[in-house]
Amino acid sequence: MATTFDAPRTSARRGNVEKWGWIYMRASGVVLVVLIFGHLFINLVAGEGVKQVDFAFIAGKWASPFWQVWDGAMLWLALIHGGNGMRTITNDYVSNPTANRLLKGAILVAVALLILLGTLVITTFDPCPPNAAPGTLPSFCSALTR
Amino acid sequence: MVTLKPERATTRIPLPKAPAGTVYRGHEGMWSWVLHRITGVAIFFFLLVHVLDTALVRISPQTYNGVIATYKNPIMGLGELFLVAAIVFHAFNGLRIILIDFWSVGTKHQRAMFWIVIALWIITMAGFAPRQLMVIISEVSG
Repeated sequence: MATTFDAPRTSARRGNVEKWGWIYMRASGVVLVVLIFGHLFINLVAGEGVKQVDFAFIAGKWASPFWQVWDGAMLWLALIHGGNGMRTITNDYVSNPTANRLLKGAILVAVALLILLGTLVITTFDPCPPNAAPGTLPSFCSALTR
Repeated sequence: MVTLKPERATTRIPLPKAPAGTVYRGHEGMWSWVLHRITGVAIFFFLLVHVLDTALVRISPQTYNGVIATYKNPIMGLGELFLVAAIVFHAFNGLRIILIDFWSVGTKHQRAMFWIVIALWIITMAGFAPRQLMVIISEVSG
């Protein structure tokens, strides 16, 4: 006779956390395919390729809220997606409880700090900073009177 | 008194020398999983560095330009080619995983979808690799 267990078979709270992690990986993954393919096309394929990337290029992009939102969404979605993937891998291979907790703590700290740093950089960005060396600014800065 | 020789009921089956085949081990399902993990970890570590280098725009334009100039040397250019190859595989195989989970006949077609992922990966890289090599060569020749 087959033995069956009544649902829920695992603690409901923990089960839901893992379920939402599973859903997040798929939902963020689909969005990231679009965001990252667009990012790679604009920065590495269009125009002069990676050659064109410098401060003036970034400033030209982040002068528009469109690219600020694009890059901000990419930052949050990708770091959480990657952090959760690294958490899964840590759980698979690191069986020592202390090392497991330390590594996952390090992943959490790295992800949280980089999200904070990246968000601050995008939101407080000045495309025409006063400390700029000559010739490093986008052309539209010369139209500004300081 | 009659002594009976113990009779061998079963013939001894030799242990397989290499890991024996299963529907999973050594096949497309396993290799797609291995590649998804390796590319995922590689992309994660690149992402950590990439957020930090981009954050230099907040220090000064010349600081950012100095560091980003290293991304334009030929060795980094090849690194970007490998990075894009990893991202494209991870992206297409991720979509395959979603189809396996949500498409009613996804599991049945997982093996075929792996080869479709490889084909799309080759097509995408056939488009990107010459473009990136052109950029690298034009950077070297000035």
